[in-house]
Amino acid sequence: MKKTLFPALLCLLFSAVSAGAQEGRKIRIGVEGAYPPFSSIGPDGKLKGFDIDITNALCEQMKAQCTMVQQEFDGMIPSLQARKIDAVIASMSITEERQRVVDFSDKYYRTPARFVAKKNSGLKVDPAGLKGKRIGVQRTTTHDRFATDTFKESEIVRYAKQDDVFLDLAAGRLDGALLDWIAASEGFLKAPAGKDFSFQGPIYVDFKYFGVGAGIALRKGDTDLKNQFNAAIKAIRANGVYKKIQDKYFDFDVFGN
Amino acid sequence: MLNLEVMGSSLPLYFGGVVVTLKLLAVSLIVGLLAAVPLAVLRASPNVWLSRPVWLFTYVFRGTPLLVQLFLIYYGLAQFSWVRESVLWPWFSSAWFCSMFAFALNTCAYTTEIIAGAISATHHGEVEAARAMGMSPFTLYRRIVLPSALRRALPAYSNEVIMMLHGTSLASIVTLMDITGAAREVNSRYYLPFEAFITAAGFYLALTFVLVGLFHLAEKRWLVHLAPRT
Repeated sequence: MKKTLFPALLCLLFSAVSAGAQEGRKIRIGVEGAYPPFSSIGPDGKLKGFDIDITNALCEQMKAQCTMVQQEFDGMIPSLQARKIDAVIASMSITEERQRVVDFSDKYYRTPARFVAKKNSGLKVDPAGLKGKRIGVQRTTTHDRFATDTFKESEIVRYAKQDDVFLDLAAGRLDGALLDWIAASEGFLKAPAGKDFSFQGPIYVDFKYFGVGAGIALRKGDTDLKNQFNAAIKAIRANGVYKKIQDKYFDFDVFGN
Repeated sequence: MLNLEVMGSSLPLYFGGVVVTLKLLAVSLIVGLLAAVPLAVLRASPNVWLSRPVWLFTYVFRGTPLLVQLFLIYYGLAQFSWVRESVLWPWFSSAWFCSMFAFALNTCAYTTEIIAGAISATHHGEVEAARAMGMSPFTLYRRIVLPSALRRALPAYSNEVIMMLHGTSLASIVTLMDITGAAREVNSRYYLPFEAFITAAGFYLALTFVLVGLFHLAEKRWLVHLAPRT
């Protein structure tokens, strides 16, 4: 009896292991849910947006079992380091500062930054013109760093969520906001609250601040996952899935070059 | 293990935060206490037309989280255009005013209940004696009930003050740079959450230590007649 049971158990064990390998790795992915149109929560309470669709497409491509963990942006990198999540897909720009603490996949999109203010504000968007003005940014973002270093004479007001910046912009608590072009146009200017607002001043593409685009943040040294994500990004770019998702949200090439 | 260099270099940010926290705490406690004393007298009144409205106020503000109250006042009110066009908007547009307003209302509700409880627990004999002396209700409250009730409320009130100190940490989510705001800023700059928040915890502990000490002195001065005999 014993003799037959042991090899049988061994077989069972091996088959379980190989089945696990086929289903792919379990990945917990940090997403934000407050950064439309990239990531937001729909009326049904479900996550939706460009980041979310890309996440689903990448996971499908990698045949990985993904769970999305929704949390605030400024806690993403700490959570990643604390192993609460394994990857961040939250429109996170690849910057030198962040690369010191995390690894990044290749970019999955790239958009420049813009300044948004009331249509008839008459503001001159440069350090002198914005002296003493209140500029809203989302804390820890590339826009925060850029605004803090560029508009030294202005009051930089930092928020945990981009949605809160929009609320205070519409309420008139801010003179303007510095943010991502698309987040502004899709998330605010096209919404009823943003009808009196428009883009003002130049298009900011400063490489030092805004980096090469948004990538997937991973723990330092997680090369295996990084290679998987890079391959998956290439694959969905090639097979048309990326374009399908892009066309759902934007009428231009969001991948950038 | 700990990054002491970052902790040291970010101290000025925390000191700025301490000033903001103390300002928020002081203003909300003073306003809250001044409003709570008359409200507590009404709350302890046997006349339901006087006590019920105050009961409703304390019920609403003790029955909802401070965070929800702050969101309603800061983001909620700003939603209505008639609020934005009213003469009060210069005040309600400021994160400072909204936080102090929310904190003052909240601590006022708790303090009202603390003092009202102490008023109702005033020894019946003292009240009867004062009436027998021919004191008017006003004199009765001024001379007998309030001095005794406010003293007996001290231990419970010291708890409320410490809870309020911790409550002010919510101001950081409406963009104010209090101690917690400083910690969030440090965390976001260096991605060192433990260092950032342990420093904030240290500052809160130090402030609590000072507050507890102050209340200990106050109890020694005003509550010595109720101290346990040794």
